[in-house]
Amino acid sequence: MDAAGSGAAFTVSVQTADFDIGAEIAGLTEGRGDIGAVVSFTGLVRDIAPEGEIRGMELEHYPGMTEKALAGIVAEARARWTLSGVRVIHRVGPLAPGDRIVLVLAASRHRAAAFEAAAFLMDFLKTRAPFWKKETGRDGQGAWVDARESDDLAAARWAR
Amino acid sequence: MQIRYFAWLRERVGAAAEEVDPGEAATAAELIEVLRARDPRYAAAFEDISAVRVAIDQEMAALETPIRGAREIAFFPPVTGG
Repeated sequence: MDAAGSGAAFTVSVQTADFDIGAEIAGLTEGRGDIGAVVSFTGLVRDIAPEGEIRGMELEHYPGMTEKALAGIVAEARARWTLSGVRVIHRVGPLAPGDRIVLVLAASRHRAAAFEAAAFLMDFLKTRAPFWKKETGRDGQGAWVDARESDDLAAARWAR
Repeated sequence: MQIRYFAWLRERVGAAAEEVDPGEAATAAELIEVLRARDPRYAAAFEDISAVRVAIDQEMAALETPIRGAREIAFFPPVTGG
C-alpha cells in the first residue's frame, strides 16, 4: 500500500509471506543517487516468553485499519524528518521462533534522519498499529501477549 | 452499526463481528454498557475497561468519543505487534 500518496518510495505491507531484507533494501535504493543512508530494523520471534518457552505464535490484525495506521505512522515520520524512502512490512498469521515478523527501512540523505526515523517508526508501530500476538507454549496452550509499559514509554519519548 | 472484536475480546464475546443497535448509547463507553447488559459473555469480555481500546471507523479513539454516525466500532486489547 502506498503511504500518503508519494510513490513507490514510501510503502507499507501486511502479509503472511516472509520477506528478503536485501531485496527490500535494493528495491528501496535502486536508481536513487540521492540516498546516502538506509537503516534497517528486523523483528524476530523469540523462543522464550515470560511464561516459559514458546513453540510459536499467531499474529492477528485488523484488516483495513492496520494498513491505514501504518501509513499514518509513515506520514508522521515524514513530517518529522526529511526522508528519501520508507518500507514497512509486518507479517501476520502463524510464526515460529526465529521467523522474521517485522521490517522497517528508513532511507535518507544522511544517517541521522534514517536512524531516528527507524526507531520512531518501530516505537509508534508497537503502540499504535492494530496487531495482537498469541503465543503457543510447549504444552500447546495459547496465551495473548500483554502490552508492555516499556513500549508506551518508548513511544512517549517522541511526544512534542 | 457494525461492531468488531479482536484478540481475547473476540474470544470472550464469541464473535469477530456483529450488527448492534446502539440504542441510547452516545459514546463508546456507553455502548460497552449496552453490550454488558445483553449477556454474561459481554460482561466477562468487558470486565476490565482499563484493558479495552476502541477504534471508531478504523481510527484509534478514546472511550468517551461520541459514536453517532459511526459505521464500524472495534473493541480490542492494547496492541502487541512489532
